[in-house]
Amino acid sequence: MGILLTRDTIDNTAHDPARPQELITGGYDFTTLTDKVCGIVERRGAPRAWWVALGFMASLAAMMFGMIGYLIYKGIGIWGVNNPVGWGFAIVNFVFWVGIGHAGTLISAILYLLRQQWRTSINRFAEAMTIFAVVCAGIFPGIHVGRVWVVWWLFPLPNFQAMWPNFRSPLLWDVFAVGTYATVSLLFWYTGMVPDLATLRDRATTKVRRIAYGFFALGWRGSNRHWHRYEKAYLILAGLATPLVLSVHSVVSFDFATSQIPGWHTTIFPPYFVAGAIFSGFAMVMTCLIPAREWYGLKNIVTLYHLETMAKIILATGTMVGYAYATEFFIAWYGGNPAEQFAFVNRAFGPYAWAYWIMVSCNVVSPQLFWFKKIRTSPAALLVVCIFVNIGMWFERFVITVTSLSRDFLPAAWGYYRPTAIDILTFVGSFGLFFTLVLLFMRFLPMIAMAEVKTVMPQKHWEDKVSRPVGDYHGTNPGDR
Amino acid sequence: MATRETPGLYGYLAEFREPWDLIDAAAKVRDAGYTRWDCHTPFPLHGLDGAMGIRGTRLPWLVLCGGLAGLTLALLMQWWMNAHDYPFLISGKPLFGLPAAVPVTFELTVLLSALTTFFGMWALNLLPQHHHPLFNSERFRRATSDRFFISIEARDPLFRGEGTREFLAGLGADAVEPVED
Repeated sequence: MGILLTRDTIDNTAHDPARPQELITGGYDFTTLTDKVCGIVERRGAPRAWWVALGFMASLAAMMFGMIGYLIYKGIGIWGVNNPVGWGFAIVNFVFWVGIGHAGTLISAILYLLRQQWRTSINRFAEAMTIFAVVCAGIFPGIHVGRVWVVWWLFPLPNFQAMWPNFRSPLLWDVFAVGTYATVSLLFWYTGMVPDLATLRDRATTKVRRIAYGFFALGWRGSNRHWHRYEKAYLILAGLATPLVLSVHSVVSFDFATSQIPGWHTTIFPPYFVAGAIFSGFAMVMTCLIPAREWYGLKNIVTLYHLETMAKIILATGTMVGYAYATEFFIAWYGGNPAEQFAFVNRAFGPYAWAYWIMVSCNVVSPQLFWFKKIRTSPAALLVVCIFVNIGMWFERFVITVTSLSRDFLPAAWGYYRPTAIDILTFVGSFGLFFTLVLLFMRFLPMIAMAEVKTVMPQKHWEDKVSRPVGDYHGTNPGDR
Repeated sequence: MATRETPGLYGYLAEFREPWDLIDAAAKVRDAGYTRWDCHTPFPLHGLDGAMGIRGTRLPWLVLCGGLAGLTLALLMQWWMNAHDYPFLISGKPLFGLPAAVPVTFELTVLLSALTTFFGMWALNLLPQHHHPLFNSERFRRATSDRFFISIEARDPLFRGEGTREFLAGLGADAVEPVED
C-alpha cells in the first residue's frame, strides 16, 4: 500500500497564484533539454527492457493478424455474434479505441486554443497515441463487414453495380468522420514534429540518421518567416481539430442513437460519448506516460503537476459520465416508454448486470478517489486508477452494445451473447498492435515536443530581465516595445 | 539588384545566445532597411514577427477557399450520387435531405480545410527544399537546438561586405561568420 501513496521526490504541485506555474523542473535550459529528449532517440542500442517489451507486444499483434487471417478464411461464424446480437466485440472495440484517441486531440488542439501551457510536455505523446488508437479502431469495422475484400464498397467509388453508398446511413457518416479524423490527426502530429525532426537531423552523427530525419524534416531551418506561417497553420489546424474531435464521437454515437433499439435511441448520446471518450483517452495517456517518464527519466519534463492536472480532468469527465448514466435512467422513467424502462432495468439487473456494475464501479466510483490530493500526486495510485478507468470504459461500450441488442422488443427473440476465444484474442492482440507502435515511437521519434516545451521554459538567467517565458502565448512581448 | 562584391558568398550569419538580444538586433536590422534577411530560432519566438516587420500571411484565405470547396463538393456529391445518378429510395425518406447530409458535409469541409492548411503552409514556405546554403555552416546546426541567428543575404541591395559584417557584430552578436553559397 505504501508505494501507492508515494509522491515523486520532485514535487511542483504547490500552487502560488502570484507566480507562474513551474512547468519544467530540474533546472533545464535549451541545451540540456535538447540533449535529454534527443538522447533517448540517439542512444546506441535500445535498452534490453525495450526489446523484451517490443517482442511481447509484437507477438500479440502478430496473434491478432493471425486471428484476422483465420476470420477471412473461415468467416464471421467464428465470432460470438449471431441473432439477436449482431454487433459484438468488433463494434465494442472500435468505439473503445476511437474514444482512446480523443484525449490526444483534446490535449493538442483544445488545450492549445485554451492556452493551457502545460500541454506542451505531453502533447506529442498524446497525439501519437491518438494515431495509434485510430489505427487499432480502423481495423475492427473493416473486418466486421465480413467480406473484407469488398470493404471498398464503403467508399463512394464508381463500381460495376453503378451504385453509390447510402449517404443517409450513420454507418457511412462514420467512414467520413473517422477517415477525416485519422487524416487531420496525422497532419497535426506531423506538422508539430517537423521542427523537432530538424533538431534530430542537425544533431545526427550517422549518415542514415541524417538522411532519414532530413527527409522528414523537409529542409526546415528555423526561419522566422517560416515560423510565422507555421504558427498560423498550427492555430488553424487546432481550430479545425476542435470541432472535428467533438463531431467524431458524436457521429460514432449516431450509429446507435439513430436506431430504434431501446437504450440506444436517445439524444444524450453525442455529449455522453464525447465525455466518455475524453475520460478514457486521458486514462490511456496516463497509463502510457507514467511508466514512460519513469523509465526514460522524464520526471522533470512530465512533472507531477502535469499528472495531477490530468487527474483533475479525469475526475471531471468521469463525473460527467456518471451523471449521464443517471440521466439515462431518469429519462427512461420520466419518458414513460415501457420498452425503454425495461432496457435500463435490464441493464442494471438483467443477465449482464455483472458487466454493468463493473462499468459503474470502474468509471463512476474509482475516479472519485481523485478528490484526494494524496492520490492525485502519487504516480502509482494514478496508474492503478487509470487502468480501472480503461477497463470500465471498455465495459461501458460492451454494456451499451450488447444489453440493448440481446433483449429488445420481442421476448421470443431474446438471446445471450458470449464472445468466443477468437473474439477475445483479437481484442487482446489489438493492445499488442497499439503498444508495438507506442514502443517504436518512443525509440525513433522525439516523444517530447521540444520546440514547444522551450517556449514555456523560463531560462534561469532571464529571470532578472523578465518573469515570463519567451514563447508565452499571450500578452505583450519585449519585441513589441 | 546590387552587384555582388564577393562571388560565392551567400551572406553573413550572426549568432546570439539570448533570445532577447536577437529580438533587439532584429529590430535594428529592420530599421537599417535590409530586405533579404531572416532570423532562425529553435522555437517560435514571440515578438520577433513585429521586430522583423513581417506582415500577415494569406494562408487563412487559402484555407477558407479549401473549406468552401469541401462544403460545396460534399453537398453536390451526396445529391448527385443518391438523388440524381442513381436515385436511391430508402424507407420512403427524401432522396436528398439537408439534415442527413450535414455530417458528411461537415467532415469534408474540415478535411479539405486541413489539407489546404498543411500543403498551403509548406508551399508558401517553399518547403520541402533539398538544400540551403545556410546548411554549409557548422555553427548553424544549433539553430534547431539552442542558438539564435540572423542571416543577411549578399543579394540584399544594402549588402556591403565588410560593412554588413561590422554592422552585425555591432548588434551584440556572439559571433559573425560568412556563409558560402
